[in-house]
Amino acid sequence: MILEAAISLGGLGLLFSLCLGLASKRFYVEVDPRVGRVIEVLPGANCGACGCPGCSKYAEHVVMEPEVPANLCIPGGGEVAKEVGHITGKEVEETGKKRAFILCSGSKDRVAKSFNYQGIEDCRAALLLFSGNKSCPYGCLGFGTCVNACPFEAIEINELGLPVIDKERCTGCGRCKDVCPKGIIEIYPKDIKVYIACSNKDKGKVVKDICAVGCIGCSICAKRCESGAIEIKDNLPKISYDKCTQCKDCVGRCPQGSMVAVS
Amino acid sequence: MKRLSFTGGVYPVKRKELVKHKEIEELPVPKKVVIPLNQHIGAPCDPKVEVNDQVKIGQVVGDTDKFVSSPVHASISGKVISIKDMPHPVLGKCLAIIIEGDGKSEWVEKKPLKDWTAESPNVLRNRIREAGIVGLGGAAFPTHVKLSPPKDKPIDTVILNGAECEPYLTCDYRIMLEDTGSVITGLKIIMKILGARHAYIGIEDDKIDAIRKVKGMIDDGNIKVIALKAKYPQGAEKQLIKTILNREVPSLGLPFDVGVLVQNVGTSASITRAIMDGEPLISRVITVTGKGVTKPKNLRVRIGTLFSDVISFCGGLTREPGKIIMGGPMMGLAQFTTNIPVIKGTSGIIVFERDEVEILKETPCIKCGKCVDVCPMRLLPSVLGTLSANGRFKEAENYGVLDCIECGCCSFVCPAKRHLIQYIKLAKAEITAMKKAAS
Repeated sequence: MILEAAISLGGLGLLFSLCLGLASKRFYVEVDPRVGRVIEVLPGANCGACGCPGCSKYAEHVVMEPEVPANLCIPGGGEVAKEVGHITGKEVEETGKKRAFILCSGSKDRVAKSFNYQGIEDCRAALLLFSGNKSCPYGCLGFGTCVNACPFEAIEINELGLPVIDKERCTGCGRCKDVCPKGIIEIYPKDIKVYIACSNKDKGKVVKDICAVGCIGCSICAKRCESGAIEIKDNLPKISYDKCTQCKDCVGRCPQGSMVAVS
Repeated sequence: MKRLSFTGGVYPVKRKELVKHKEIEELPVPKKVVIPLNQHIGAPCDPKVEVNDQVKIGQVVGDTDKFVSSPVHASISGKVISIKDMPHPVLGKCLAIIIEGDGKSEWVEKKPLKDWTAESPNVLRNRIREAGIVGLGGAAFPTHVKLSPPKDKPIDTVILNGAECEPYLTCDYRIMLEDTGSVITGLKIIMKILGARHAYIGIEDDKIDAIRKVKGMIDDGNIKVIALKAKYPQGAEKQLIKTILNREVPSLGLPFDVGVLVQNVGTSASITRAIMDGEPLISRVITVTGKGVTKPKNLRVRIGTLFSDVISFCGGLTREPGKIIMGGPMMGLAQFTTNIPVIKGTSGIIVFERDEVEILKETPCIKCGKCVDVCPMRLLPSVLGTLSANGRFKEAENYGVLDCIECGCCSFVCPAKRHLIQYIKLAKAEITAMKKAAS
């Protein structure tokens, strides 16, 4: 009895293993070994910043297609790019580290709410109702859609209702920028010292009425900037970081405190 | 008599008795009106007047060349004092023309077409466009666009929508009782424009006097009055077509795909005004109701009248309101200010008192399936809500989220108080944005 069972099961086992063995030879898929090595180097966060659905897909693309550059992984930065370049034999252009900046300082105590919102905690959903419940039409709604989108847990909403970005964790992948319905998240080089923390394009008087720290477009920063790195566009200063000398002079001159120094 | 119906739906408390028996009153001409340049679905109008211009009633103040759009007219005579962004009950903010009245009530020259039966469909359709007529049920879709179906999809049946399934609202009911002739004439004009042979007027069976009145006034054998079961959302056009004709509008399709056109009874009455009297759409009937209003009324209001003026004519607010809604309580939009104008799509103003408004805390879905039972579009609101909440909009699209008519039945029955409609609206908005970005 036992013998019969052992023989028949053993026989079946042998038969199937033979089939599997043959199948694995017959249907063998050629994989470039470099793909596996690239996957090992990549951070594995599947953030999608490279434009591919995930790290393994990028690895495939970068190995197989000669026109895909090796420096697309933003979280990985220069080091990963170098290694990917080394594995794939591609030349790598130097890319500096970047991170996200929130271009709004209109916290709860500085900007009034226009109405009580009762609904789902998502900025995109809140925006569908009269462009959100903040009296500043450009300001951060603070429901944390960016927090949920961040693959690196680098964003947190502080007690004043504004998102704060963890400088160490943020890799500059830009996921938050893509989901922010107000478009107030920008990706800048990690080492910048000043940025304009306001996105309100309205005229000065309108801004002053609704926000204590909103940019009024007075253009003092642009006029006084010695390197000419600031120009005013849509009532907002625009800093060209390739010209900016990081002197922080504009921060002191801003009457509204909307030009912010990075601590 | 057999009561016709559709699958799904809910039975909210109707509360129509607050204003049901009150005749339509004319609101005194307001001193100031704010006329938004976008009161309809489609392209916004460009201003056609300048600040300090004198305007007469019925004068076009905004128009555009785009087909899917509708001109706006001055609803009082007076001076344009400003053209600027003003609060809007649907869009939040919109460019608007502000007119200060001179108290003269001067009209532009009216061009009535008394003998409309002799006119060609094109002339009539153009008249409707020039009169700025849009669907008055709430969606405000330009009527002339609806009346221009594609050539390969002829319309054989017109349905007039007198269901008025939204609780509280009674404006369509009063129009059917008081302006029955205009409603029927308007229907005949629509039938002539489309060459449709049959017409039905669907009225819910809780408005039995309206059914009798309309039935009594019909002098055309091709027009029939249908008594519908009083169930929400009986007045949604796809449900109305299913109920009356047993035809199903295909997914993502429109009524003309099944050879039907649906118009609201109020729209029909204003078509008659536009053709027979040459009066553009400068006023509409609205219901001002709810416990929060001292004297609820049915009112004929000039477009652009501020909510605050309307409410003070109704005796003002009883006390600090809990919620002010434009439209019906099921699909209407809560407002945060009364400094907004009545627009073409405003069917009512409902004011709830503080203790009537419950603030519900959202809890996780318990998978009871009630929303699935009541969904009149036979979708899966619970699944759509979860997909949307997790940002899986593409999958929500595969589950048919774009077919949702946003009637609110699912949110209404949800025991977990999920904001299902808001999740669905979010998914629809995100999918539309994705499609726009892709094209």
